[in-house]
Amino acid sequence: MEVEAAKMIGAGLACIALFGVGIGIGNIFSSLISSVARNPASRGQVFGLSMLGFALVEAIGLFALLIAFLILFT
Amino acid sequence: MASPLEQFTIKPLVEVPGGFDYTNSSLWMTIAVVTATVFLVGGMRKRAMVPGPWQSMAESVYEFIGNMIRDNVGSEGRKFFPLIFTIFMFVLFGNALGLVPGAFTYTSHIIVTFAMALAVFVFVTLVGLAKHGLHFFSFFVPDGAPKFLYPLIIPIEIISYLSRPISLSVRLFANMVAGHTMLKVFAGFVFGLGAATFGIGALAPIAINVLLIGFEFMIAFIQAYVFTILTCLYLNDALHLH
Repeated sequence: MEVEAAKMIGAGLACIALFGVGIGIGNIFSSLISSVARNPASRGQVFGLSMLGFALVEAIGLFALLIAFLILFT
Repeated sequence: MASPLEQFTIKPLVEVPGGFDYTNSSLWMTIAVVTATVFLVGGMRKRAMVPGPWQSMAESVYEFIGNMIRDNVGSEGRKFFPLIFTIFMFVLFGNALGLVPGAFTYTSHIIVTFAMALAVFVFVTLVGLAKHGLHFFSFFVPDGAPKFLYPLIIPIEIISYLSRPISLSVRLFANMVAGHTMLKVFAGFVFGLGAATFGIGALAPIAINVLLIGFEFMIAFIQAYVFTILTCLYLNDALHLH
């Protein structure tokens, strides 16, 4: 197989990590919604925590993106 | 068309022998520091009892970091306020000023974020060692774990501790690079679709880019917040050991 084609396939495969990131972000926001629905007064506190969790999970997706960039452009 | 990654090139603006060139990265760091200083000093110049709009902006940033340290580190963290506040302002202004069209985002370079993360890591470790002495190393031994698991758990704890500066720096850097690259890729679609559909198709990527700019401002703030709060959590670990 040509190296260029293999690089493209590799970069595509690196995006499989988004599978887990999607589950993670969905999980965070579903817990946010259910906890706010149960106790609306806790919204301010829980929202900050969920944003922290969201950023941490999103970073995992970006690590995968970074790997894809490294494969494509180096 | 230029590559989406071209916006991250570092160009020397003033050549200084010995590799100490004043680059566009240094220029935007200077701009960020000057803007942050003007924002805070100018806002607090009047010292009004009832703050005006500018003063209350400066005060709310101060209170935001003050609350963050009080909630996450406790009263012992107060003496580290200047460090954490400086880190927050530097990262926030770097991220936010990078969204000005034509600007350079210095937080999109791994060397900048890694230097900051490494400084935080070394500082936090030194604080822990100064406070607890050799007892600090009990941090790597989790409470309540069975003794026979120690040979497995202690190396894992040490590796996870050592990987902190890497994850801290790569998180910020990857967010900034990904965001700016995404904006540039959608800006590239404007020309491609516009040329193919006599300009009508260009509206969709422009609309998406408007949304993305708003999203990127949110990311700029959240990443500065995450960088700072993780610094607070690491400091808390060093001061209180678990």
